[in-house]
Amino acid sequence: MALRDSHVTMAHGGGGRAMRDLIDEVFTSVFQPPGMEDQARLMDAALQKPGARLAFTTDGFVVSPLEFPGGDIGKLAVCGTINDLAVGGARPLWLSAGFIIEEGCDITLLRRIVASMAQEAAAAGVRIVTGDTKVVERGAADGVFITTSGIGVIAPGLDLNARQIQAGDAIIVNGSLGDHGAVIMASRGNFALETDLTSDCAALHDVMSAALQAAPDLRAARDCTRGGLASSLNELALEAGLGMVLEETKVPLRAEVRGLCEILGLDPLYLANEGRLVLFAPIAQAQAILAAIKALPEGSGAAIIGEVVDIHPGQVRMRSGFGGSRIVDMLIGDQLPRIC
Amino acid sequence: MKHVTEFRDPALAKGLLADIARRCEQIGATREKPVHIMEICGGHTHAIFRFGLDKLVHEGIEFIHGPGCPVCVLPMSRVDECIEIAERPGVIFTTFGDAMRVPGTRGSLMQAKARGADIRMVYSPLDALEIARRNPDCEVVFFGLGFETTTPSTAFAIQAAACEGLINFSVFCNHITVPEPIRALLGDPHMKLDGFIGPGHVSMVIGTHPYDFIADEFGKPIVVAGFEPIDLLQSVAMVLRQVAEGRAEVENQYARVVPEHGNPASLAAIADVYERRPSFEWRGLGEIDSSGLRIRPAYAAFDAEAKFCVGYGAEGPRHVPEPEGCACGTVMTGRIKPTACPQYGLGCTPETPLGALMVSSEGACAAYWQYGGARGAAA
Repeated sequence: MALRDSHVTMAHGGGGRAMRDLIDEVFTSVFQPPGMEDQARLMDAALQKPGARLAFTTDGFVVSPLEFPGGDIGKLAVCGTINDLAVGGARPLWLSAGFIIEEGCDITLLRRIVASMAQEAAAAGVRIVTGDTKVVERGAADGVFITTSGIGVIAPGLDLNARQIQAGDAIIVNGSLGDHGAVIMASRGNFALETDLTSDCAALHDVMSAALQAAPDLRAARDCTRGGLASSLNELALEAGLGMVLEETKVPLRAEVRGLCEILGLDPLYLANEGRLVLFAPIAQAQAILAAIKALPEGSGAAIIGEVVDIHPGQVRMRSGFGGSRIVDMLIGDQLPRIC
Repeated sequence: MKHVTEFRDPALAKGLLADIARRCEQIGATREKPVHIMEICGGHTHAIFRFGLDKLVHEGIEFIHGPGCPVCVLPMSRVDECIEIAERPGVIFTTFGDAMRVPGTRGSLMQAKARGADIRMVYSPLDALEIARRNPDCEVVFFGLGFETTTPSTAFAIQAAACEGLINFSVFCNHITVPEPIRALLGDPHMKLDGFIGPGHVSMVIGTHPYDFIADEFGKPIVVAGFEPIDLLQSVAMVLRQVAEGRAEVENQYARVVPEHGNPASLAAIADVYERRPSFEWRGLGEIDSSGLRIRPAYAAFDAEAKFCVGYGAEGPRHVPEPEGCACGTVMTGRIKPTACPQYGLGCTPETPLGALMVSSEGACAAYWQYGGARGAAA
């Protein structure tokens, strides 16, 4: 063990022996990238099929706290990019991981984050094949920032996108909404609220393949991350040029999330998720999707929450339990807690 | 949450809506000649739109959205003064979240934060107190704003700071009271009001008697209400029953939370820490007599107005005219609907609010915009 420091210092970013030791011990020994080169040289049989397409995506991850009930920034960084690929219909294959590390970062914490990334990647059959580390002075970052890019393969003939959505399609989610956002708020410790909530952070490639198998005419899927379900639906409604109507009583929400939102004057539809997606499929295939994804742990709370309509194009509305109706708009700025 | 679900019961709502319709017909209320009911509190405005109650009730009911959104009635000059304090070296300025986006003449607190001021969002003045304990070398200022709902917690924070001798903590006090602007509105000959939905959380602190003058002097019914759809519908029905029977009384629909005489501990803390200002400026409404609170001389060490010589603590507060074309005042007094403002949705949207009513989710314009209003009707 050449790495003797307990915390990251500027020397670990200096390009010399200290950096080599950090990279070898904390990162490459765990991720085990192929070969000793800086870039990965890759091949997969799926790429050889005529008509197969590459999917490529990237995402930056910043979260405070770095560890929270149900996950950490490493799990987020792996799942987030896997999900970006999966909702486009791609089978995720390879990831890169770039780390911006703040001087003073605890190396045991770093090891935990890396272990969690390796575990998530292995479980999803994805390899972390290349990466980079940089160390910045204290205050120039907040612990660790991670950027992951991902490559996957889309099978020939598969084309999921918003323009495929049609009026009459069912809108399906894979579980309760806003858990991740609520956990992050509660674990920042700004208020004395204790909950048993855990983040929904999860890789959704299995949910996607189950949905694709169950519904040959699956139209589109989108992961509901920042801005929550409401923002994803608004984007899709605009892209599709169609309206959407949700049934308030059918939207799955945990009692704790609902309660936290009532107290703070927030709307759970805008809370972030890290393991939730929304699916669009012909109504005739909706029950089959529901049955297929409910059999998976990441889809056990799935529900049909509404339908696509050909009125009010670009607009999402929600019907309340007693017949009232309201617009569910795009999020403006951040949600801010109310005074009283 | 079971408790809340019961107050959103569709069957109960249907029964109340039928009751409201029956009473509207009984008193001859129509779309052309509606009963004007003002919901005073911004929380009620928000709930009415969130649950679509304005569209569900009989067309003979017209809701007039009152001045009870603390962020909305905050004059621009006060936001400027917050920024002035926050930008001083060594100051940590703490505030409730929804005051962050209110525009002053030099932008909002959010923008001042981006320019480098140390501005932190807190959930309670007690959080600000904790920041003061941890940062003895900094001046920690809490932006005290809101009605009688938030006034006690600021008072408790000041009492605690005095007790601990925490001299690096102070409050920029902009607390205001509910009954005085209602008196001002009722004295306005242009106002057409048939009854009031009274604020729930404010009344939890002050009780129901401060509203007696509404019934006794002005002959208008008022029903103190909770914030769930069933609460609001039941309160509308109670106001209508008073109108139909020719009564004007203070009734309490929210008795599960609001005691008749308020909360004695909170009232004692308010009386200990604050005194009335002769008058206070309200955005859109102007100066209103006895409508604001200031920190008593005994607690002057914790008064940011005195410490930083701003606002009413300086030679007198500055008056900043409303932005050109902004009709917040006319909307707030119920004389026009948000959609009738020439700037609504054009120069003034939640992304780029011109007036305060577009900023807070409790502001009438933001609620109209967010939950339907004109856009909904047009689509």
